[in-house]
Amino acid sequence: MKEITLADKFQAKIDQEIKIEPKDWMPEKYRKTLIRQMSQHAHSEIVGMLPEGNWISRAPTLRRKLGLLAKVQDEAGHGLYLYSATETLGIDRETLLEQLHTGKAKYSSIFNYPTTTWADIGAIGWLVDGAAIMNQVPLCRCSYGPYARAMVRVCKEESFHQRQGFEILMTMMEGNEAQKHMVQDAVNRWWWPSMMMFGPSDGDSPNSAQSMKWKIKRFSNDDLRQKFVDICAEQAQILGITLPDPDLKWNEERQHYDFGEIDWSEFWNVVKGNGPCNKERLDARVKAHEEGAWVREAAMAHAEKRRKRKEAAQVA
Amino acid sequence: MSTNKKNWPLWEIFIRSKQGLNHKHVGSLHAADAQMAMENARDVYTRRMEGVSIWVVESKNIHASSPGDAEAFYEPANDKAYRHPTFYELPEGVKHI
Amino acid sequence: MNLYNYILQQADNTLILGQRLSEWCGHGPVLEQDIALTNIALDLIGQARSLYQYATEIEGKGRTEDDLAFLRDVWDFKNIQLVEQANGHFGTTLVRQFFFDVFNFHFYRALQNSKDETLAAIAVKSLKEVTYHHRYSSEWIIRLGDGTEESHQKVQGAVNDLWMFTGELFVPSTADQAMLEAGIGVDLEKIKQLWMEKVTAVFQEATIRKPEDTWMQKGGKEGKHTEHLGFILADMQFLQRAYPGAKW
Repeated sequence: MKEITLADKFQAKIDQEIKIEPKDWMPEKYRKTLIRQMSQHAHSEIVGMLPEGNWISRAPTLRRKLGLLAKVQDEAGHGLYLYSATETLGIDRETLLEQLHTGKAKYSSIFNYPTTTWADIGAIGWLVDGAAIMNQVPLCRCSYGPYARAMVRVCKEESFHQRQGFEILMTMMEGNEAQKHMVQDAVNRWWWPSMMMFGPSDGDSPNSAQSMKWKIKRFSNDDLRQKFVDICAEQAQILGITLPDPDLKWNEERQHYDFGEIDWSEFWNVVKGNGPCNKERLDARVKAHEEGAWVREAAMAHAEKRRKRKEAAQVA
Repeated sequence: MSTNKKNWPLWEIFIRSKQGLNHKHVGSLHAADAQMAMENARDVYTRRMEGVSIWVVESKNIHASSPGDAEAFYEPANDKAYRHPTFYELPEGVKHI
Repeated sequence: MNLYNYILQQADNTLILGQRLSEWCGHGPVLEQDIALTNIALDLIGQARSLYQYATEIEGKGRTEDDLAFLRDVWDFKNIQLVEQANGHFGTTLVRQFFFDVFNFHFYRALQNSKDETLAAIAVKSLKEVTYHHRYSSEWIIRLGDGTEESHQKVQGAVNDLWMFTGELFVPSTADQAMLEAGIGVDLEKIKQLWMEKVTAVFQEATIRKPEDTWMQKGGKEGKHTEHLGFILADMQFLQRAYPGAKW
């Protein structure tokens, strides 16, 4: 009879939907996959603050300013939850940041596109957050406990983001010609990059099968993308905008929308660092971190001084 | 792993969501000292009225049981059904017990 | 008119400082502080909204909070010059914040007793927020002042640079004077004392030297500003100016 290995026991737990917790035994590759995926997710949240942060100072009304500020702040929070969850795998935040800053770790390519008008804030909320939510909801049931719990919190908070985006676009579509033009232009620019957020087709996604087996991933990239298209196509009609895909049309037989080919060469090009804002985004993160070094150091030095004073007072 | 002394240590955060309930672990964060950890917890984990009280514990001070002990720790409780009320039989009609 | 101006002074203070702080969002020295600074910005802009809404009521011309925030020019803004100063490094921002928070705390505390019920109610609500702000910024001044040699010098430098903008907090404008007499406004003389006590105490713990008495800038409350405000408004008001009358 075959000896039951740790790996068998591990897989059996996963098959029974029992969560894996930090101190449990896990295959090294499971740990590495999680670190890569979770930190990439965390990095995406904090880099994702930049394109939207770009419009905080120019938000057109006080209500919009508060909404956007709270949203971008949420992203900082989500980055924090995810870094914390990643740290339970035995790697600290500083190391993770170093990987981001040296280009060793990736973040979602979508944030390498510029936000040139206010409508981009609406389009990001509607499309980018829409796609993100679709990817994230299944992660609430991910096999790794800390990741799943962080995602529950993230998804709960994220729910206002997409509504905010839709409302921004809707209000502008009820406005003047320039505003409508801004919306259509923004949707034209964000639609395809949002579609790419689900990742390459399952056939071309080498890690997909293993991640599914480990229940880090629950649905295929293509299934989620289809779901996204179906929802957006309907909502686009309510908004009164055109999605920039001539092949987009309802398929009665499939009961889904058909859509055109994705230009994967653009995707890989941006992943490789050739997007319009790759350098700018990374530079901004590195700058914030480096310029914050003296602050972090001073706080530690002060805490140390305080601790020593307290000890001295206790001795005396 | 970098163990630079300049990095803020990690703290585990526990929040009481309303009076009458236990503090519950909600996550962690970095802070230079307990006071800052408390404030960071307020800023990070109670943005949506999630809490009325906060505990912070530096992560290194948490002692956790080992998963290897699980059998010895928890399974012996499995056959102690006499600790549960349903173990005891009562004639029908007995109330308030 | 005096009441309207009086409300605008505080509304403009909180809006401009909130606008400045929000520039940090995404660029803080550590994620936890990024979130903390944004919380303060949200509080301040929220206070500005309540105050602008009340100001439009008092004005009675059918204008909205956004008209006041986005369609007035530099000379109409009544904020003190301190709040429009540039963010500089984290220490500069915290010194500016600390100076204003201590004032704001005592201002709202006194305003709770205003004869004007709306202002008193705004003060009660805002005081809770500001109590936290002024604790937060005090602690950071102590931490950075009594941290490393580098952080000490940075904070001392920021204190030296910003000190000349603190005098204006306590120079009564026409509106301040009239509202004090009407039992609506607060007594800036009293607040000055409380402010000085707190600042002195925190500086002592932070090992920061209080600057010598120096020339104090003033005029913000009457619409005289530094060059910074023009840029803040150009940025903040862009969409409302470029597309007059549009809904967003």
